[in-house]
Amino acid sequence: MPDRNRERKSKYTLDRNIPGAFEGETVTRRRLMVLGANGVGAVAAAAFTLPALGFAIAPIFKRQAWTWQAIGTPDDFNQSSYQTKVITITPGIGEAGNTIAYVRARDPSIDTEPEDQYNHWVALSDRCMHLGCPVRYVQAAERFICPCHGGVYDFRGMVAGGPPVRPLDRFYTRLNKYTNLVEIGPRFSVNSELQRFNPRFPGEPIDGIGQFLYPSTFDTAKRP
Amino acid sequence: MPRIPAPPLPKALQPKPKKPGESNGEAKPYRQPLEGGVTVVDWLDERTAMSGGLRWLLFRKVPRGVNWPYTLGSATLFAFLNQAVTGVFLAMYYRPDASGGAYESIRHINDDVFLGQLVHAMHKWGASVMIILIFLHMGRVFFYGAYKYPRELTWVIGVVLLILTLAMGFTGYLLPFDQRAYWASVVGININAGGPFIGPFLSNFLLGGADFGATTLSRFYSIHMLLIPGAMAALIGAHLYLITKLGIAAPPWVKPHPDKDGDHQLDEAQV
Repeated sequence: MPDRNRERKSKYTLDRNIPGAFEGETVTRRRLMVLGANGVGAVAAAAFTLPALGFAIAPIFKRQAWTWQAIGTPDDFNQSSYQTKVITITPGIGEAGNTIAYVRARDPSIDTEPEDQYNHWVALSDRCMHLGCPVRYVQAAERFICPCHGGVYDFRGMVAGGPPVRPLDRFYTRLNKYTNLVEIGPRFSVNSELQRFNPRFPGEPIDGIGQFLYPSTFDTAKRP
Repeated sequence: MPRIPAPPLPKALQPKPKKPGESNGEAKPYRQPLEGGVTVVDWLDERTAMSGGLRWLLFRKVPRGVNWPYTLGSATLFAFLNQAVTGVFLAMYYRPDASGGAYESIRHINDDVFLGQLVHAMHKWGASVMIILIFLHMGRVFFYGAYKYPRELTWVIGVVLLILTLAMGFTGYLLPFDQRAYWASVVGININAGGPFIGPFLSNFLLGGADFGATTLSRFYSIHMLLIPGAMAALIGAHLYLITKLGIAAPPWVKPHPDKDGDHQLDEAQV
């Protein structure tokens, strides 16, 4: 504890009879040296820490490219069952960079979400929206079933049971006019009304407050 | 220079008294090689003064009533050393290559390298052993009340070590890069994403991008073998320093001896 009875030293160096003091000076030479040396040390430490840290977290801010890959002709897909298509989401690492899309033609009698140029074909991601295990489509039951924790989705990819927090993610699809091939684009997430959202991680609900609790990440591909 | 009193060595190790008629001068030629060790130790000690620190660390007073559960901390340390040694040598053969090289290098370790299967298994099973031991050690400290004043900081560092050990298990699980490793890590990373606000960005950091990619594996490898082990070694050092500095807590059922003076609780022993 500071001694209250101690006589307070003046903050001016001149009052304290320090050699070389001048009018209005409050910082002693010793204090300037200490602060200066510490400051230089901090700058030196930051000079290698900050670039290294930026290097490590840079991928968070790197925007993904918006790419399209062909998956078949329009005749390949019907309205009543899903075709399994292997697509590449991370190029250059072989099998580990592939994933599965379940693709069918849009059926206006059950697909109530508004039609636009990106959903003439419904392409569902195989990632379970509980924790990201791969779901399997079972034609007899017209259900997607997750092997890990029992998540079940109906024919449209809406949650039919189990722990998933939102419907299966989807991919943008389009028809390439020049090649007449169906192409598949980036993934997006949907809420329980099938409204489109930037892609979220599995396990993140995006109904109501969820879309703010789990913000879209910085690396989301920008629509061209 | 004043010397710290010699430790209570067992009889067999204590220097023998001189025989009558033996001179105190230079050792006879045939004795000189035998005393070489002493000379080396003296030379080192004169320059580092480390014998004092070693004696401070090793010849401590421990309370009466210490029992087998008190060895769980040392057992955890032993498991950590096992992981460190086997891990260093596994790193000589392992390749963090997501396009098949990682799996192939693990297959090479298991199938081709001399004793590779053994060293890999020591690392794999040692990881589970370490997690079991660290929880048993934590339980011992908790139920003996050894986390109380003045040992709170030792407990806090221990909890950080527990978290780092679990992080080691998480990052190490991906490295074999088989189906089980891949999907377990996918699930683990997505659990991370479940944290509000920060979760998605943390998962992005772990993945090194939007999706599982080539950098995810090398990132996990770097965290597993450089970042966390370094932090753990430093924290284990701090943990041991505090244990030595503060002494070991007596079991809760041991009462002090009111009839003895001085440090009545303490029995001299070597741990």
